[in-house]
This record gives sequence, structure tokens and C-alpha cells, in this order.
Amino acid sequence: MNRLVDRRLSGKNRSAVNRQRFLRRFKAQIRRAAAEAVSGRKVSDLARGEKISIPAKDLTEPIFHHGPGGRRNIVLPGNREFISGDRVDRPQEDGGGGGSSGGSPDGDGMDAFVFELSKEEFMDYFFEDLALPDLVKKQLATTPEVKSTRAGFVSQGNPSSLHVVRSMKQAIGRRLAMAAGPRDALREAREALAELTARGLDASPEADALREDIAALEARIAAVPFIDTWDLRYAHRVDQPTPSSQAVMFCLLDVSGSMDEDRKNIAKRFFMLLYLFLTKRYERIELVFIRHHTVAKEVDEEEFFASRESGGTVASSALELMHDIIVSRYPGAVWNIYAAQASDGDNWENDSSRCRELLLHDILPLTQYFAYVEIEATEPQSLWHEYEKVSAASQRFAMQRILTLEDIYPVFRDLFSKKEA
Amino acid sequence: MPVETESRVSTPRQPLSDGSEWTFELIDRYDREIARVAAHYGLDTYPSQIEIISSEQMIDAYSSAGMPVGYHHWSYGKQFLSTQKNYQRGRMGLAYEIVINSSPCIAYLMEENTMTMQALVIAHAAYGHNSFFKGNYLFRTWTDAEGILDYLVFARNFVADCEQRHGEAAVEELLDSCHALMNYGVDRYRRPARLSMAKEQARQTEREAYLQSQVNDLWRTLPSRHTDAQEKAATRFPAEPQENLLYFIEKNAPRLEPWQREIVRIARKIAQYFYPQRQTQVMNEGWATFWHYTLLNHLYEEGKLTDGFMMEFLQSHTNVVYQPPFHSRFYSGINPYTLGFAMFQDLRRICEHPSDEDRRWFPELAGSDWRSSLDFAMRNFKDESFIAQYLSPKLIRDLKLFALVDDDREDKLEVAAIHDDAGYRTVRQRLADQYNLGNREPNIQVAEVDVFGDRTLTLRHTMHDRRPLGDSTAEMLRHVARLWGYPVRIESVDQDGVARQVASAG
Repeated sequence: MNRLVDRRLSGKNRSAVNRQRFLRRFKAQIRRAAAEAVSGRKVSDLARGEKISIPAKDLTEPIFHHGPGGRRNIVLPGNREFISGDRVDRPQEDGGGGGSSGGSPDGDGMDAFVFELSKEEFMDYFFEDLALPDLVKKQLATTPEVKSTRAGFVSQGNPSSLHVVRSMKQAIGRRLAMAAGPRDALREAREALAELTARGLDASPEADALREDIAALEARIAAVPFIDTWDLRYAHRVDQPTPSSQAVMFCLLDVSGSMDEDRKNIAKRFFMLLYLFLTKRYERIELVFIRHHTVAKEVDEEEFFASRESGGTVASSALELMHDIIVSRYPGAVWNIYAAQASDGDNWENDSSRCRELLLHDILPLTQYFAYVEIEATEPQSLWHEYEKVSAASQRFAMQRILTLEDIYPVFRDLFSKKEA
Repeated sequence: MPVETESRVSTPRQPLSDGSEWTFELIDRYDREIARVAAHYGLDTYPSQIEIISSEQMIDAYSSAGMPVGYHHWSYGKQFLSTQKNYQRGRMGLAYEIVINSSPCIAYLMEENTMTMQALVIAHAAYGHNSFFKGNYLFRTWTDAEGILDYLVFARNFVADCEQRHGEAAVEELLDSCHALMNYGVDRYRRPARLSMAKEQARQTEREAYLQSQVNDLWRTLPSRHTDAQEKAATRFPAEPQENLLYFIEKNAPRLEPWQREIVRIARKIAQYFYPQRQTQVMNEGWATFWHYTLLNHLYEEGKLTDGFMMEFLQSHTNVVYQPPFHSRFYSGINPYTLGFAMFQDLRRICEHPSDEDRRWFPELAGSDWRSSLDFAMRNFKDESFIAQYLSPKLIRDLKLFALVDDDREDKLEVAAIHDDAGYRTVRQRLADQYNLGNREPNIQVAEVDVFGDRTLTLRHTMHDRRPLGDSTAEMLRHVARLWGYPVRIESVDQDGVARQVASAG
């Protein structure tokens, strides 16, 4: 006789290990593909999975097989017009669909092997490029703070969360319900006994029987427990994630001629990292993109990363615009303000001191954190020197020169370490 | 059988169920009914275990070649990812069933299937495939249904243990090379020993020590004083060419550690286990399809199945046995379900209602008892011989089969034979050859080891119809060299016996 077994609940994800092995083996290719994917994403759109595509020829498993050439016999179905002895042209592609000769290596004829990375895996690749410390990775990848909130009462729980008042209420109800029947019967029995007594039949057998009943019922009522295990009620608490409030993040980018694609890509990751940090702390985040060369302009994200402009750089224009926007749209009491500025360090000589003034007097007092990166600059220039003074004067200002992706993290080190504290 | 037909007609319709939802009770009822009919037709099966699984579990099973337990390897992960992706995008339905050649025979049913599909799968897998596994001579000789599950457990534990001791990277490299050579890890002619976990474990230690001593022995006989030419000729090694590359490597590779030999052995055993399946695809699928068709039709005639059930069943059945013509863009080779099902149906027809042509071609079959004739065919053939023996002219006409010759010395393809009187035998023979694994895979054997020199291993590819080796050869040689530990070269020998070196590595 056949046996019927329900296996649905056992052994899911049996392939998880093999999947991990696969990811590890093709780490280099996947990493490259993931990096490209990051470049194609919006700053605020990092935390989701990604379709990864790697060249299929990199992952074929070889076997010995025949190559083209020689003499092959092929039998095909569905003859229409051929008769024996016909000679026909070779079809364009090799083999003419005659896959029947077998032995075609796995994946042959496909250009790319495409699969999905989960959000966590994708983030791992992103973090790996940035050389983030593990603790920080963990902070960013998990939902951070939770607040424990009340969520009603449950019948099972920890003794320490026993809710006495609730439990007693429950017990009263139960006692009433359990004793209701006997009580009615008791009342009737007493009335009957009283009637008998009134008629002077106090010593009759009926009266004795009634007295016995009354005693039994009273015992039964008394036996109803005062409190029982199923009366117990416990206060129930659930953890709710609590991003505290709202923040606005300013992205300031120098788009003068010297900012090429590579530098912009580094800048983009710099913005992404800050954004990711903010998403863990704030419920609502707005992004403001300001690009500047000699004049600054607020743009949407597409345009922000899109094109370069030729000409000089006046960094203060962006700071001024940022200040105006803060004043008009983001009053400091309600908004947490963060800013990230990326530039190649090039600035108009006389403008740098103006930048310092602006930062120290107008902007930093309003913001939580201002991070500045100088990407692949040859020599520190005037803006760097002026910013060094700002950095010395303010705890909220961080700056870093960046050559590779790994250099991005240190600029946020303070930010992340504050959180750990 | 007219008597039966009459009695069936008179049976009132009492369907087992109505509607597409399945329940465990219903599956059980259907299974009993199918078992009854299968017994009526004399199907001999292993006991089977029908397991209900979810689609994720089906993807898992898919990715490990249907093996219920397996060691870890990235290639299974790759298979998993591509199956999962295709399934999620709706590009492919999962197979309705996977069946494992073991005793008890395990058949997987997906929980998403309708009752009709579950019944179809039970008939197909738990009775069709199952009886084939039990009856066919290749499976009887080459695989040990009782031992396989235990052996797979042993293999997984052993590989995991090696990963712990020697590192995942080392094991993975070794398995890569073994997988590449799996098709050359089978004994084509010798009969293998039975598998048993207990014995495997008990013998493993013993074997390790023994093997190592044997290997060392072989190489110890080579100090430089053996330079005498006669002696050299006398100790040609191996004495005969060896077809089983993995076996040769396991026994003779000088530098493999004992655990590495054991892993080569595991790959070899698993390859051997799948060898009959690769040789009987048409027969196996054809047999199972024939029986799900026959069993369910029988139940329908008895009035146990509703018309709706049959509509759904037939639609699915028709999809399975559809053969697109060669010029269709859906064509991807001859559908083994179509060919196998059509052949078994045709066989039954020849037995029951032979035409004059059938009497000429199959005098011993025409008019015989179809059950015993089919049973005989199932037991004693593999795809190649089955087609050579039983493909009838009528079926060649029905499928409009024709034979092409693709010769690189000619600028055009030649139609060698079509479905006419002159062509039947040619088409039949060529189609049979097409299923000969020996023709499909290059014939590569171990020719010689240079025991007195630098220990180079020479593989010999014997060319068939001047067909050369493919572009993977160089990479393959690197795998062989990794296992062998010394240089490896491969030469192709053409029809005139002239050898030419194709590649070398190491």
C-alpha cells in the first residue's frame, strides 16, 4: 500500500546553502554587477533587492562534447516537402534546430544568467565597497530603535507582566457564571423549605431532603474557586519601530567641468550612505538637491547627476541657496537638517572665506551635521583650508578627502559613533 | 476485451469526486482505485511514498537533480536560482512531479495541483515510473533502489566532514572536476557492486589504507634502473584502455589524498546511479505516460471519473505529448514523451489490431497478448535498442520522420531517407543511433600513463564520423590534470588510426 506523507511544513530553503555557495563563487562578477546597479539607482532607493545579471559563459560547467564538423546523422520530425535524396541549404544557425545530437553544454546560447539578490544581500555588496565597520553595517541593515508599546491583554505571558485587576475581573465573571445554576437551585430549595416550615411540616422527610439538597448546593457554590489559572491576564507589549521624526537632507554637488562620471559615482555613494543613515533614524526624510557651478540651482535627482557644466566654481552660491531654502521651508524647530557636500575642491579663490563665514554663522547653527568630501583632488586648495578652520571650530562639521570608495566612511564616523553611544 | 467492455458500460456513473480541490482522503481514494486498476493490468511496483510538497520545495528538489538529500555545491545553487527565477516570472510551470528511483519509490506532488493533476501524477509516477524502475533490466543491474537513499546520506555527511577538515574551497575544486567528468565515471559494461551505507562506512577506512598502499606500490616500481626496453613494454600501464576515467583516477592517481579518492568515488557512484535514466529517457517517460493514459481511461470507463476530470486530464496529457515539427520555433529536439508514448500505444495497437504491414514487420507481435508484449519490451530494452526493435512504419509516417546527413565536406545537407518504403529501415536505425550514448558523447578513454617518464596521462579520443572535440576540451583537460596531479594530454584518433594531439594541460 502506498504511503501518503505531508511534507509541506518540513525542510524549506534546502537550497539556501547551495545558493550561498553560488554567490560566494561568483563574488567578483556579482559585485561588479551590484556596483553598476547602485549607480543606476536613486539616492533614496537603495534598500531593496536587485536583479543581477552575469555573463553565462563565466559559469558554465564544462563537459566533453563534440564540436561542429564531421559527419552527423540527424533524424527530425514533421517532414513537409522533402523526399529522399534532396539536398538543402544549411540553416543559418549551427545545427539547424537539430538539438537532438545532444551534449550541448549547460547555458549554451544564453547571454546572461539573471537572478535576484535579496535586499540584505544587495546591501552587503554595497557596504563591502564602502568598507563599513560591521557594527555600522548592522545598524544600517536592521530596523533600529523599537519602542515597546501596550497592545491589550493576553491570556498567556510572563509572570512579571501579570495584570492583577484584569485577572480579578475575569475571576468575578467566571465565579458568577459557574455559581449561577446552583444559586438558582439553592434559592428555590430554600423557598420550598420555608414554605414547608410555614405549613408546619418542618420535620417531614421532604424537608430533610431539601435540607440535604441545600447543604450540597452550598458546598458546591463554596467549591467554586476564587481565582483560577484561566482567569489570569497579562499585559501584552509589542515592539514598534520608532523613527523619531522628520529630517531634511541637502545634497550639494559641484557640477563644474572637472567632475566626471567616476567622481559623480563616488559622490552618489556618499549621498546614499548618509541617506541610509537617516532612514534608520527619521520617519520622514526629504531630499533637496542643489547643484552649482558659478550659480546654484535646486534640481530634481535626475538632473542632479545628469550633466556637467563648464566654467568656474563659486561654492558659496550653493550654501546661500541652502540657507534660503532652510529659512523658507524647513524651520529648525521641526526639522532635523543634514547636509552633504561633494566637490573636487576647486573654488574661486576669494569665495572660500565667504563659504567659511556662511557655514559658521548661518548654516551650522541650524544643522545637525554637515559632511564635506573632496573627491580625487590633486592638491588641497583654498576651500579645503578654509573648511579646516570650520572643522576646528564646530563639532557638527566633518570633512574628508576621497580617492576610493573606502574613504567615504570616515567622514561619517562621528555621526555613526554618536549613535552607538 | 469485449466482455469487460460490456460490463463497464453497464456500470452506473459514480465518480470518486467532483471539483478540483484535493484532500488527503481523496488522494487516498484515488490512489486505491488506481492501484486496483494497475494490479488488474499486472503492473509490478515498489511500494511508494507519495509526498505532498510546496512549490518552493519542488524548486529545491529540482535543483538537486531530484535527489532528496545531496551534498552542497554551488552548481546546485545556480540551478536553484535559475529555476526560481523562471518560475517566479511564470516562464515555466514546474514539472508536476518528480519521482525518485528508490525503494520505497518517492513521488512528489505539488500542493498547487488540482485533484485531476494529483491523480495524473500518481498514475504517472507512482505506478508508471515506479514499475519501470522495478522492471527494466538497466535499473535492475545498475542501481540499487534500496541502498540509494542511505548512500546519499553517507555522501552528504562525508563531503560535509571533508569540508570541515580540509576547507570548503579544496572540496569545491575537487567536486568541480569530478562533476565535469561525471559522464565518464560509469562502467558501461561491467556490473557494479551493490550500494549499502553500512558497508560503505565500514569499508571506507579499510579502503583508504588499501588504496593508498596500492597506489604507492604502482609508483614504487619505478626507480631509474628499470630502463630496460623490454621491461618497459611489458609494464605498459594501463594494460588495456580504460573507459571509466573517474574509476581510473580514483584507483591510480598518484597524488590524491584518501579523502579525495573517496569523493571521486562518490561522484562516480552517483553518475552510475543516473546512468540508466540517461539511457532510457524515451522508454521511461513513454511507459509512464502510456500508463497514466491507460489507467485513467480505464477508471473513466468504469464511471469513476467525471467528464470535467477527463477534459482537464486530456488537455494536460496532450500538452505533454505534443511534438512541434522541426521547422517550428518551439522545436527543441524530439520530445521523449511523444516518441515513447506513441511507441507503446503503437505496440498495443500492433498486438490488438495488426494491419498487414504490421504482420510483415512484426510477425511475432501481431495478435499477441499486448500486456505481456509490452511488459517484455519494458523489461529488456534501452532507448537505442527499443527504437531499433519496435519503431513501426506507421509511426514513422505519423511523426513524418526523416533523416538528414550533415557532412562538413558537402556544402549542402542531404536528406538520406524519409517516411516511405525505401526509408523506414534507415530512419529507424538512425533514430536508434541518435539515442546511443556512445554516439552522443565523444568516445574518450585512458590510453597510457608514462610511468617511466614524467607520469603524463594520455587520453585517447576515438573519432566517429570525423567529429572533432568541442571547444571545452582545454578546460576539461585542466580538470583531469587537477585530479591526476601530473600533465595530461588528449589525442584524437581518426578513422585511419592516425593520432593527433588536441590539447594538453598540467
